[in-house]
This record gives sequence, structure tokens and C-alpha cells, in this order.
Amino acid sequence: MKQKRSILRNKGVQSLISSLLCILIGLLVGYIALLIINPEGAWDSIIAILKNFLNATKPSIQLKNLGNTLVKTAPLLMCALSVLFAYKVGLFNIGAAGQYVIGAATCLYLTLGAGMPWWAAFIIAALAGGVLGAISGALKAYCNVNVVISCIMLNWISLYGANLILGKVKEATSPYTLVLSSTNPGGVIPSLGLGELFGGNQYVGLAIPLAIIVAILIWVLLEKTKLGYELKATGLNPNAAKYCGMKERRNVILTMFIAGALAGMGAAMFYLTGYEQWQTTQASVPAMGFNGIAAAFLGGLNPIGAIFASYFIQHITSGGAYVDLTMYSSQTSDLISSLIIYLCGFVLFFKSFIDTRLDRKQEKELQKARAAEDSAGDSEDNEKGGDE
Amino acid sequence: MLLLIQYTLIFASVLILVALGGCFSEHSGVINIGLEGIMVLGALGGALAMKFLPSDTNAFVSVVCIVLASVLAGMIYSLLLAVAAINFNADQTLVGTAMNLLGTAGATVFVKAMNTAADSSNVSSEIEYVTAKQNLIVNIGSFEFNWFMLITLVLLVASWIVLYRTRFGLRLMACGEHPQAADSVGINVYKMRYAGVLISGALGGLGGIVYITAGVSLWKFENGVAGFGFLALAVMIFGGWKPVRIALAALLFGLFRALSNVYSGFDILVALNIPSTVYNMLPYIISLIVLAFTSKTSRAPKAEGIPYDKGVR
Repeated sequence: MKQKRSILRNKGVQSLISSLLCILIGLLVGYIALLIINPEGAWDSIIAILKNFLNATKPSIQLKNLGNTLVKTAPLLMCALSVLFAYKVGLFNIGAAGQYVIGAATCLYLTLGAGMPWWAAFIIAALAGGVLGAISGALKAYCNVNVVISCIMLNWISLYGANLILGKVKEATSPYTLVLSSTNPGGVIPSLGLGELFGGNQYVGLAIPLAIIVAILIWVLLEKTKLGYELKATGLNPNAAKYCGMKERRNVILTMFIAGALAGMGAAMFYLTGYEQWQTTQASVPAMGFNGIAAAFLGGLNPIGAIFASYFIQHITSGGAYVDLTMYSSQTSDLISSLIIYLCGFVLFFKSFIDTRLDRKQEKELQKARAAEDSAGDSEDNEKGGDE
Repeated sequence: MLLLIQYTLIFASVLILVALGGCFSEHSGVINIGLEGIMVLGALGGALAMKFLPSDTNAFVSVVCIVLASVLAGMIYSLLLAVAAINFNADQTLVGTAMNLLGTAGATVFVKAMNTAADSSNVSSEIEYVTAKQNLIVNIGSFEFNWFMLITLVLLVASWIVLYRTRFGLRLMACGEHPQAADSVGINVYKMRYAGVLISGALGGLGGIVYITAGVSLWKFENGVAGFGFLALAVMIFGGWKPVRIALAALLFGLFRALSNVYSGFDILVALNIPSTVYNMLPYIISLIVLAFTSKTSRAPKAEGIPYDKGVR
């Protein structure tokens, strides 16, 4: 007896539903938190977070603000790709934050201090991030050091290291690094005229389409190539992979190198636009890498999903600036995005919940059909039986 | 020199407490990456207690209240991990990471809201506790003895006894090694894991308040606890999941952490003219190197990180 497969059985649909559920519950809990702090402006503030660039009244400013959100989405997407790529191979790359920091330090130092053109700094920043990732990978492969722990240690080491290095190219009177566009115009990522589309936002440029292309490439690498297959196999069962003649140590190191390179590249995509200067007295690791974890899981660990998830996370993070600051803090959006990450832990449960509900429904229908047949006559009963 | 010893002891206390917390959780079979977030919440609980206790409270009562507040805050927060990991089979690393972010973000939002409510021009995320902190400290000569050092010592001994000399501790460890076997002799694995996570929440929360009172008398909650929870995890791994070795490891790490606070008091170190950031990096570098040499032989609880499934053989 063949039944029509419910659309809810589709894994992609299930991922989408779970992600939307995470967002919804995350926003709801965030809203409740705002209500507790001050019930008066809670609804307006949640709406302000969700509206983000639409809060501006003029269309040209809206476009410009959308551009700003997109500028920050590119590095976030790269960090998300970094996290999800490693996760597919069974490694939790919490070190994306540190790899991002090293990428930032490298590209800023090379363009500001050594006067390099943007493309050279871009490539070397990616390599630097990759090397940092590879260190975690090698420690895992040869010394069995837990990747999460080594990544965290490297995050802090890179933060202090970056402050140390970038202290050499900072403004004399402030803790911020020199302004890129005036110090070395060749160090800025070209805009390709994209800025004009966003109300003359000079920061919008090559980085955004590039990030999307990389996301597609990562999807191809994971799903359509032998290397991607080997890496995933290593993640699923290192011993089996080794037995099949795959070099599991090489695979671990290579994975972490690629993941690190993605995060490092993300930093270059951001800091080489000149959007932000690095603060050399920074005492905490930039949140970009950690938000990458949120985007990766919210996107259902799929590179294409990550594009949309990254945009959403950045959308609400930027939107956090629009809450009523006399009542709430801009960290409200951090609160919501961390709630969403927490809820992503329940995705597996959401999915199996949908499955069991469907199973139960199917069973009931089957029983009903049987009961109907029983009353009609016993002879047909043997032909139709449920084995589901 | 005395100052170095003082700081070493207090930072080691933090690491011992938090690492013991991790130790209980992991022995029950749940990886607790969220210790960092638990520390932040514990610190918040304790800081609030210090802020709102009347200033003429008797020192003993005050210490007890601070400890209780932070322990309670840590335990309640750790329930987030317990529910997700034990009842919903969530990815423990993911949930732990989320808890770290949530802890800092939540505490910041809360403290800022509180400060702004009290004074609308105040948008900082700081809590100040200069007077209440005096109750924690007894001056012996020029050495500042902190009650938390004693509490840590007591809890260290207690942890050792609980883990190795009581029925509860041995059962707890059984759940981290082979939960199905433990279940087959009538141990409730879910309960044991809840106990493990809650104990880690209590110890982590306590570690949080010790950390923020260690050198300063005001804390900016935006900064979280600067990776100390992770450092404690490194101490736990280095200590081989055993209380006594954890204590020794914590002393070593505490020494390096203390150096970054007091290196300017040593003529030799000042003469070397190393930037202060290098001292900040030192504990993390040391822990990486130490982990590289010790992880190969280290024996983690076998079932840690794996959601308990009754049906698995």
C-alpha cells in the first residue's frame, strides 16, 4: 500500500521548519526579557530590531543602511562557512573567532604597515587564518588535544597577538588603527560600482558577491567532489575512514586549514573595506566568529542555508542598534542570537518530533482504513496491510 | 613576592573550583563547555548579593549570602545544559557554546537595565562592590587572606571524598564510563547526570564570584570572564579528571595568571621589558603546550558527550 509522502518528511523542509521555530522562540523569549525589563517599549523595540534598516525614513538612507548590513553579512557568512565546513568533518570550530582575528591582524598590518595591495593582503590573511586552524588540526591529529579547547586557547592568544601587532600601525592619539582609505587607497577592496546601487555606500563592494560565490564553492566541494566525500567520511567515523585507506590525520589538518582560511578571508572581506578600524585595546574576542556558529546551525548546516541565516543574524544584530536605548541595551540582539544558537541544539528533537507525529497520523489513518475494510468484508483484508 | 603568592592562590582557587565543576559533570557523562557562561551568571548572582546586602551585615552572614547567591545562580543556569543535554539529546558542545554567549549577553543586558533604571544616564554594565568585598578578606600582615581560599580547600577535600569514597560518587562515575551497565544495576542515569551537571553549576558559579573579586572591586559584565572557564577545562584535562591532580595543575596555571597581574613588582621581569600583552597570553600558551604533551595519554570518561540511549547495547 503506497501512500503519498508528506511534504513534511522532506529533510530540507524539516530543517527549514526547525530553523524558523528557533527564530520564533528566540524572538519570543527575547521579547519576554524586554517585557520584564520594561513593559512599555518592549514591542516597539522588538519591531525595531526586526525592521533594522527600514527604521530610516528616507529610501536612500534605507538602502545605505541595507548596504552596511550586507557589508557585515559577508564576514559573518564566511565564519558560518568555516564553522559548518569543520562540523561536517566532525570538528567543532569554535576557533573561527580567533582565525578571524588573525586574518584581521594580518590584512590590516600588511596594507597599513607594509603598503601591500588589497589582493595580496587578502590572500595572505586567508593563509594566516588557515595556518592557525591547521595548528588546532595538527594538535588534534598528532597529540589528541580536544579541538574546542585548543581553539579557545588560540582565540585568546590571537586576540592579544593582534593587539600587539596592530599597535604598530595605530593612530598616535587613539587606540584605533590608521584609516585604510587615506593611508593606502590600494589596500581597499574595489567597489566595482556596487556601492552606487546602495545609495553611494562606499563600503559595499566585491566582498559580498565573493562571499556568496565561496558559499556555493563550499557546497560543491562538500557534495560533489571526492575530497569532500573523504572529509565527511572521516568525520562520520575516523577509524572506518582509516580502514578504507584515507589519511585521517591529513584530512583533519586539511579541514581545519580550510575552515581557518575561510574565517581569515572573512576578516579580510570586512576590514579591507575600511568599514571599521581595529581597536588595539580590545579585551574580548570579536563576536563575529561566535555569531558564525549561530548562522551555521540556523542555516541547517548547509552552505546555501548559511547565506540566508547569516543575513538574518546580521539583520537582527544591526537592528539591535535601533532599540530604545533609554530603556534597553544594544546587546539585546546578542541575547536573541545566543538564544537562537541554544535552541538550535533542539533541532534534532524538532525533526524527530515531526517524524513521530507523522508516523502516528499515518498509523491512525491506516487503522481507520482497516476498520472500514473490516466492515466491508474480510476477504480483502489480506491484500492490504500496513507494514509501516 | 607575597603578592604573587596571594594572587596565585586566589586564581588557583578559581581554577580548582571551576575545574572540579567540570570534573563532576564529565564524570557523569555530560561535557560542560558552558562553564564560562555559568561563571558569569554565578558572578552576577554574587555581585548582586554584595550590592544589595546592607553594609553593616556581619562578615560571616555576608560571606554565606554571597556564596549562596552565586551557587544558586550557577545551578539554575546549568539547568539549561541539563535539560538540553539529558532530556533532549542536544549536541553538548553547541549548547555549551550557546550558554557562554547567552551568559555574557544576558548578564550585560540585565546589569545595564538595572543601572539605567537606577540612574537614567548610567548605561555602563558595571557593578561595584568595594565595601562588601572587605568582608571576604582578612589581612594577615600584608597578606590578604581571602575566605574563598579556605572554602576552595574544603570543597576540594569534599570532592575527593564524594567521588571516591561515597556510593553516590562511584555511581556518578559509572554513568560517565558505561551508562548502560550502570542502568542495568538499577542506577538512574538521568538523575545521576542531572546531579553531575547541577554540581558543576554550583562550583562554576562559585568560581565566577571568586574570579571577579580576585583583584578588583568592580566588574564590567560586558567582558564575561575572559576565557577563564576554558582555562579551567584545560586544567581539568591536564589534571586527568582527578581532584588532587587538578589542584596541582591549577596552582601552576594560577601562577602564570598571577604573573600578568604582578610582574611589574619584580625587577628582573621589568628589566626584560616584555610587553604586558605577552603576560596576558602566557597562561593560554602554557596550557596549549601542556595539553599537547598530556592529551595523548589522558583518559577521559568514556561515555562523555554521548547522549544516553537506553536501547544501545
